[in-house]
Amino acid sequence: MTARAVGFALNGEPVAVLAEPLTTLQSVLREQLGMTGTKAGCRQGGCGTCTVHVDGEPTLSCLVPVENVEDRAVTTIEGLGSPEEPSALQAAFHEGFATQCGFCSPGMVAIASALLERNPDPSAEEIGEALAGNVCRCTGIAPIVAAIEDAAERMR
Amino acid sequence: MSDAKPFDVIGRSHERREARGHATGSTLYVDDVSYPRMCHMKAVRSPVPHARIRGVDFSEAERVPGFVTHLTADDVPKNVYTILCLIGVEPDEEQVLASERVRYKGEPIAMVVAETEEAAFEAAAKVKLDLEELPAVFDVEEALAPGAPIVTHWGSNYFVYEGHHCRRVRYGDAPAAREQADRVITGRYQMSPIEHAPVEPTGCIAKPEADGRVTVHTNTQAIFFSLDNTAIILQVPPHKLRFVGGTVGGGFGGKVDVIVEPLATLAAMRTGRPIKYVYTRQEEMQVSSTRSANRIYITDGINDDGTIVSREVTSYEDAGAYSRHTPYGCTKHAANAAGPYTIPNVSIDVHCVYTNRTPSSAMRGFGVTEASFALEMQMDRIARELSIDPWELRMRHAYRNGDERPYRKTTEDATLIETMLAAAELAGVELSADLRAMSSDDRGVPA
Repeated sequence: MTARAVGFALNGEPVAVLAEPLTTLQSVLREQLGMTGTKAGCRQGGCGTCTVHVDGEPTLSCLVPVENVEDRAVTTIEGLGSPEEPSALQAAFHEGFATQCGFCSPGMVAIASALLERNPDPSAEEIGEALAGNVCRCTGIAPIVAAIEDAAERMR
Repeated sequence: MSDAKPFDVIGRSHERREARGHATGSTLYVDDVSYPRMCHMKAVRSPVPHARIRGVDFSEAERVPGFVTHLTADDVPKNVYTILCLIGVEPDEEQVLASERVRYKGEPIAMVVAETEEAAFEAAAKVKLDLEELPAVFDVEEALAPGAPIVTHWGSNYFVYEGHHCRRVRYGDAPAAREQADRVITGRYQMSPIEHAPVEPTGCIAKPEADGRVTVHTNTQAIFFSLDNTAIILQVPPHKLRFVGGTVGGGFGGKVDVIVEPLATLAAMRTGRPIKYVYTRQEEMQVSSTRSANRIYITDGINDDGTIVSREVTSYEDAGAYSRHTPYGCTKHAANAAGPYTIPNVSIDVHCVYTNRTPSSAMRGFGVTEASFALEMQMDRIARELSIDPWELRMRHAYRNGDERPYRKTTEDATLIETMLAAAELAGVELSADLRAMSSDDRGVPA
């Protein structure tokens, strides 16, 4: 198998990587580009911790070969805000105690920010539906839903 | 700080130190750390629950591009998983890598180190195991029946407590009291094993340093347990090891007796290279220890006025293939098996039983939670059979300050009644004035 160059936009900046066929977007982000905010909880599409946006659509980066994102725009948790300048959603997670062990939090923020993009005023039920593929094993779902509602209000 | 008043913390919201990092993905977990020239390690595990190991063949694995080295039982300086020796409990019967027998599906037999994770997976899959499969047992009572396959090396499927085949508590004379009781209510309760299922898989990175020490990044919940274990297993002085931890992506007790660090450290010492060893999701679910499965039989002697005069509990706790923390969990179980209730005659037998299942160990209140599950089901059953309000049944028997527990300790800090009263209020349950007048400091006069 031969590695080939794949170019895409990462958090607004162009990047290019050499990747073997079927290398996942997740391993390229974490291992080649140092974007470790995207987590690896199961690497089989079951936990949602690796959620990123591809052209604005929430995507499980562990299931996507990096070649599939060629010439597309990838946004990771690092592109959504920083500790110094958190997004409204990240601030709501922080202030609303919506994190426990924190391992699911980047995926939760990624899926929730995509939800608020397409639906600025989601009901609790719609939020629950959006989070259905993201596991919080610490069972902290209620504060996560509350933080998303809080962020939606701040952003409206 | 200057204008902060003393005693003004409670009642206000305070920033959680790590939350900003969690929400922005900047918190560093173990798997987020990597080093140049880092190798990956994967385990070769038994595909069957019980077998004799006749041979391990690495010849095909060694031909995988990127293969670096392998480890077997012969490479481990003190090949005993020592978690119980650290708290003074024997037997030290579990091996770090199995040498002669495997006793559960997934037990590690060898490790493979390679340049990349893919190569490590491929090489591990190409290690050929020559196993002679043995009969296996998966049920606690079947394991204690005559003729059952023997799991342990000492010849029985139970842990021996100070010469006894089970952990026992005797208080009053429960069989005699049961004979005198108006009626007997029995129950059989069964719990399944429970996996902690942290979203972050167990793992570590061991990095050799120029000064001869090894730095180990780990997500253990018990960093000094892990450090001491590694020092003992590798027979190196503890000051040769520097353990870095503190960030755990979910533990729930499942990362207390972690066993990834000794092997990663050994491989790092052997190769002189950083070694990453992180469980796959499948390993996390299958191999890491669980909460034990329990089968619990309760026989209660009860008078028609609803007084429980005797409680006899026989409990079988499934240790799985090895002890880990389960013999200790059984002792906690025995202490709590009569419940937070004052019953004058109690008899408890808790059997720590070995089977060919994944070893069980620590998980949130282990030993106690299993007892509470069965006991509270039993209390509801009694309430139904006697048509008594289940709140009243519990509050009448709730232990009070000054009551002696079956294990001979006098209660000093009872809060059960107060907790139940608060719970009733929160749940909107209307309790009678008699119950509302109860207190942990007053047994009161039975109506």
